[in-house]
Amino acid sequence: MAAARPVLAVSRTKPPDMQADDRAEVDRLNGLMLRVARQRDRQAFVTLFQHFAPRLKSFLLRAGMEAGAAEETIQDVMVTVWQRAETFDPKLAAAGTWIYAIARNRRIDRLRRDRRPTFDPNDPALVPDEADGSLDSMLAEEQTAALHRAIRSLPPEQAELLRMAYFEDKAHSAIAEERRLPLGTVKSRLRLALARLRKAMAGDDPTGENA
Amino acid sequence: MNHAPHHHPGTDLLLAYAAGTLAEAPGLVVATHLALCPRCRAEVAGMEAIGGALLSESDAATSVSAGLLSDVLARLDGPPLAEAPRRRQVTPGRTPVLPEPLRSYIGGDIEQIRWRRTIPGLHEADVACSGGSVRMMRIRSGMGMPQHTHRGDEFTLVLQGGFTDASGHFLRGDFAATDPAVDHRPIADEDGDCICIAFTDAPLRLTGRFMRWLNPLMRT
Repeated sequence: MAAARPVLAVSRTKPPDMQADDRAEVDRLNGLMLRVARQRDRQAFVTLFQHFAPRLKSFLLRAGMEAGAAEETIQDVMVTVWQRAETFDPKLAAAGTWIYAIARNRRIDRLRRDRRPTFDPNDPALVPDEADGSLDSMLAEEQTAALHRAIRSLPPEQAELLRMAYFEDKAHSAIAEERRLPLGTVKSRLRLALARLRKAMAGDDPTGENA
Repeated sequence: MNHAPHHHPGTDLLLAYAAGTLAEAPGLVVATHLALCPRCRAEVAGMEAIGGALLSESDAATSVSAGLLSDVLARLDGPPLAEAPRRRQVTPGRTPVLPEPLRSYIGGDIEQIRWRRTIPGLHEADVACSGGSVRMMRIRSGMGMPQHTHRGDEFTLVLQGGFTDASGHFLRGDFAATDPAVDHRPIADEDGDCICIAFTDAPLRLTGRFMRWLNPLMRT
């Protein structure tokens, strides 16, 4: 079995000034979302559109949509961003995460026409969060910036499967078939990638050992 | 009643849910577990953050048509896009046994389930869902389920009572995943009926000596 080879990720790690940029970029996008939410600021919305529309298009094309359908879906996503902006809370999710969840749900509506069951956070039967989650030890913005750094430092074979898992609307078994990898290898690489990224979000920077 | 679950869906399953690739039927069992499990909700939130970070990457951009922005701006103040279907209200003053999203699929709480008797000691009710078979099961207190295997995956979530099988003891909120290799025989706890939701992606096969003849009756 092709075990995951340790791959030095030095060439993929951006220099320190780029790492500071990660945080600035997260703050910039969150700030734009808050201006849309609080002031109904159309200029901020246009800036968000210019940032996210081309990325949403790549996301939707990789899931197998035609260009026309992808652009219609982008319209729906961005109109939803405007209409639901008041529910955006940067302490719960960064702007990119919030928009990702909207786009993922629209993609399911469009491609599969079945439902994605979701829990209701206000349901009286929901078991509430414990007050002190370990992930709250870092600021949400810093977590997101750390996540960006950690994604860039993933071994390429893990990063590639992770992108497929998120972007291609395929089951892990279909990914395994397409890549001619055993299903167990696909699953273990995804688990390794996720474990690494979760560590980074918890404040344990996997690139720190090279610093 | 608010037992923090000890048995959770695997990382692969939570990732498929977070990435939006899980079909509705297994998704219903996973989402119902999430309502009962703060730990897995945090896990899925982290996975969504990874999705957000991947979406935000600068090298993942494709140019859009020149008119797309003005099309969007023209729609901003138009009618709101269709909302998700509203959930059914619950009787105030009483905590439902079934959490959302399951309660909406059933059309109410546990007393709304229309049970039918399948084999002695077991009542079942189908839940309408695409992408596999989902059913509610009520196993009589102290009863063993027939020994069975599956050709595909089976996910079971306990909603009331509990059961024990070779892999452990399962209580409210606990999620059991069994793959085709497992031949198991869950036994309901003695202190009351066990109510579960179960997803299968292929029919059950009864393997106990006396149960084989029931196979043709189990799924219609």
